Amino acid sequence: MSFSISKQGEVVVVDVEGQLIVGNRQELKQKVLDELERGEKKFLIDFSQTGYIDSSGLGVLVSLSKKIREQGGELRLANLNDDLQTLFELTKLDTLFQISDTRERALESF
Amino acid sequence: MAKPRVALDIEIPSDVKYIEQVVELATRECRELHLPPQKCSLNVPVALSEALSNAILRGNRNGKGKVRLRAVIKDDSVVFEVTDEGQDFDMDKARVEPTAENVTREEGRGLFLMHRLMDRVEHMYKRGNTVRLTLLRE
Repeated sequence: MSFSISKQGEVVVVDVEGQLIVGNRQELKQKVLDELERGEKKFLIDFSQTGYIDSSGLGVLVSLSKKIREQGGELRLANLNDDLQTLFELTKLDTLFQISDTRERALESF
Repeated sequence: MAKPRVALDIEIPSDVKYIEQVVELATRECRELHLPPQKCSLNVPVALSEALSNAILRGNRNGKGKVRLRAVIKDDSVVFEVTDEGQDFDMDKARVEPTAENVTREEGRGLFLMHRLMDRVEHMYKRGNTVRLTLLRE
């Protein structure tokens, strides 16, 4: 499991590889907060290479969305597979996040 | 009717870094049983991850002690038991259904997910909490 960060135009893209769970959620949080502190405002988290997300991982996404918004930024999510889509629907988090089918659509939505 | 088979019986230290490996072992058992794909890729890993992190962070309070995972395969179900060495707790009290009003909370989805993703969730206390997760094989 790892997180890689890249830049596409003005957007910071975070790829979540493997699981987003209690054991690594702080790493994701810190990486995004570091970028936010550097003045970045637009964030996209791409789940195309993600296995499963537990409640701690979901909690970190909620926390990041609040912190990004507080700084006047925006967060988008992309590429949720069927399992992750189910998870977001069960927890009603699909109503909280702006979710796109593909990375391209998410990038266009900023 | 076949005799129940103990597929896993593992003890791990109280550290969340072990969760992913243990969940992978349990998920592999599910795949070998040819359970529906989403049960193996979503229901089991997420529910088990929640039970293990509860045992480590709340039951054993992220400190000393061990957490035990047993997986028992029955004709009609797969049963996972996660046992900690902590104090008794009220699982029902801690369970919160997601609503439009509480969707922005950062915690409190774990027990809800366990119940939604498993067919049966039971809690027992005897020198530690045991959470039993039952998934029907259908």
